Amino acid sequence: MQQPYEKYYVPAQSPWPIVGAVALFLIAVGAGNMVIDTTKEADGYGSLILGAGIVALLVMLVGWFKNQIDESMSGLYSAQLGRSYRQGMSWFIFSEVMFFGAFFGALFYARLISVPWLGGASNNEMTNTVLWPQFQAMWPLLSTPNGTTTQQMGPAGLPTINTIILLISSVTLHFAHVGLEQNKRKQLTWMLGLTILLGCTFLTLQVEEYIHAYKELGLTLQSGIYGNTFFMLTGFHGMHVTLGTLILMVLFGRIVKGHFTPDNHFAFQAGSWYWHFVDVVWVMLFLFVYIL
Amino acid sequence: MTKPAQMTSHDATLADDTVSHEHHEHHIPKGLMRWVLTTNHKDIGTLYLWFAFIMFLVGGAMAMVIRAELFQPGLQIVEPNFFNQMTTVHGLIMVFGAVMPAFTGLANWLIPMMIGAPDMALPRMNNWSFWILPFAFAILLGSLFMEGGGPAFGWTFYAPLSTTYSNDSTALFVFSVHIMGISSIMGAINVIVTIFNMRAPGMTWMKMPLFVWTWLITAFLLIAVMPVLAGAVTMVLTDKFFGTSFFDAAGGGDPVMFQHIFWFFGHPEVYIMILPAFGIISQIIPTFARKPLFGYASMVYATASIALLSFIVWAHHMFTTGMPVYMEMFFMFATMLISVPTGVKVFNWVATMWRGSMSFEVPMLFALAFIVLFTIGGLSGLMLAITPVDFQYHDTYFVVAHFHYVLVTGAIFSIMAAVYYWVPKWTGRMFNITLAKWHFWCSLVSVNVLFFPMHFVGLAGMPRRIPDYSLQFADFNQWISIGGFAFGLSQLIFLTVVIQACRKQGEPVSDQVWDGAHGLEWEIPSPAPYHTFETPPVVK
Repeated sequence: MQQPYEKYYVPAQSPWPIVGAVALFLIAVGAGNMVIDTTKEADGYGSLILGAGIVALLVMLVGWFKNQIDESMSGLYSAQLGRSYRQGMSWFIFSEVMFFGAFFGALFYARLISVPWLGGASNNEMTNTVLWPQFQAMWPLLSTPNGTTTQQMGPAGLPTINTIILLISSVTLHFAHVGLEQNKRKQLTWMLGLTILLGCTFLTLQVEEYIHAYKELGLTLQSGIYGNTFFMLTGFHGMHVTLGTLILMVLFGRIVKGHFTPDNHFAFQAGSWYWHFVDVVWVMLFLFVYIL
Repeated sequence: MTKPAQMTSHDATLADDTVSHEHHEHHIPKGLMRWVLTTNHKDIGTLYLWFAFIMFLVGGAMAMVIRAELFQPGLQIVEPNFFNQMTTVHGLIMVFGAVMPAFTGLANWLIPMMIGAPDMALPRMNNWSFWILPFAFAILLGSLFMEGGGPAFGWTFYAPLSTTYSNDSTALFVFSVHIMGISSIMGAINVIVTIFNMRAPGMTWMKMPLFVWTWLITAFLLIAVMPVLAGAVTMVLTDKFFGTSFFDAAGGGDPVMFQHIFWFFGHPEVYIMILPAFGIISQIIPTFARKPLFGYASMVYATASIALLSFIVWAHHMFTTGMPVYMEMFFMFATMLISVPTGVKVFNWVATMWRGSMSFEVPMLFALAFIVLFTIGGLSGLMLAITPVDFQYHDTYFVVAHFHYVLVTGAIFSIMAAVYYWVPKWTGRMFNITLAKWHFWCSLVSVNVLFFPMHFVGLAGMPRRIPDYSLQFADFNQWISIGGFAFGLSQLIFLTVVIQACRKQGEPVSDQVWDGAHGLEWEIPSPAPYHTFETPPVVK
């Protein structure tokens, strides 16, 4: 019988998934207990368990990826398996889009419904009169119904610079990819290095911005729905940039070691898709959190 | 042209070519580590199914506590706070611990065999998806023993019950839901990639068995909405512990926003729990009616329509929250629209049986019960969809009756049908038919004694999630409790049958098992060898 496919690689038993499951268990228990401990200002083992979980997760990631890389380098992977990985990565990014969707949903709900309604819009005049008659609807919500006040984080300055940095980083990463595809290793290395540098700069400036918000503007996570959506959206985005930068650093290490060929570089492609996705999220953020 | 994959005797020889099981049987790992380290879709399917069964019994035990308390009016057995924990954790366990893992287990076992793939596309990740679950539920169940008790805000964890008025265990609840979500998303990615990328040559889209189609669409729903659930629990966490006010009007948020976000996840979620059931029934009915499925293509389109509509009906859970009237109208009509593709399915199943050579083996009994009882649940759903009357039904036992008809006699009956249908293929032995029929008839009678009177007490105004009730509901509640205990005990018969099957008691079966069964999984030997289709078969 003709074989239209190469044999699909089904790995033998692997210890890494169970290590990963235990790691997530420790992270969940640890994070849960740490949250309870901090709010009670009590000492507990939460942070220790969380730390152990993160270590276990790192061990799992290193071991698992080492297996993957060894298998890939020894030519066990078929084109069909490559498609599985690419499709898997695309669906993972789609799930991330939906995760951010939940927080953007909260932002739009606050801007279009909950804040205006508290101010008496639509048919909610009595809501305003009975609950907080002095409350005036506005966005950004600088003064909440119960009187917490704050200042706006405008788009000028750091946010604009950060937007430009991230946009450039997407371009440099694209040229790195082009370099990989055309086997121009020097261009690949330089452009990827530059992208990582831009990612780190973005993160540093983001920390600056948070300090500015907390110290000078009085804009905190507790400043009502404006501060909530601001910090949750930019915070989760920042976590994704951090993860993306780490991924790019790992890729950089592999490139220095001579990994990847013009036709076989799933890991690079996945990392680059992830970076572009994080970039698009930022553009949305810049538009709806800072400018509009 | 648009018939599901049917193998003819011409293809039967291919089973021997494509299944190189002999030399692999020696290499099946032994002992506990086989199950812990496995990357085999059949092992992982078995793990999922056993986990789901254990959780079904644990969640069922909690239902027994609820029914014991409600046997009589007044408070006699448990504290109200503990009662609330039981309703909450019963719901969470049955949704995330029983029904969803059972369907994922069936997907693991069946999808590779149905599409001629050697395994799932990402076998190691498959193992990870499973092993997260026991840990996640250990956290959830462990939180019941914390000081102040476990989650007590209902499985829907509405704010401010889950924020202002909840206890410390909320933090553990949030993180356990997070890792359950990670498990579901990875499982769904695996299913979707397997179906897209691993089909045998000739297994075109419109030849795929309907179970595969329904799971493909289910997996899409899972990837789309589980992250939204993660967002919702995260906001609950920060609202409760870090001073945000997403769900607090004093800070510009809105408790109703919680319901919007939750039900944007929650409504597709209920279809996640019923679409694979539709797939199972669409496999079983043609086998025992000995006719191809009526309207295969329309079944596929109906499934896709239901999935798309599920994204624009969420606020029918919120008719009494004071939404503007135009929104209530929109969600009422969008909800009613769902009855069209669902009706297509029910009529197609009936038309498949029309003038078929019917026989009534155990899987068929459960499938027939599914069609009748799921339709009852669907019709009560249609009643609930009517906004003005929902103001009467909302938060009463009528709602409880509705979703137990669709989830117990719908989803869970379909899972039982699936187990009886495919277990001979898995073990190579026929299960104990007499006991299985006892299981069916006991379940069928008791489940209706359990859930049907809930319609009456609900219409009369008995609220849900309350440990006490007015005297006039006492008689019906006693019947409901008796039905509940009987249904719970009936499942011990099921447990016996399954244990016997796993211990390979019973008559050996043929490869085809059921004489009307068609599809790739019935072409391979019984029991299914550890590795199947290492070289893909060619589907004609």
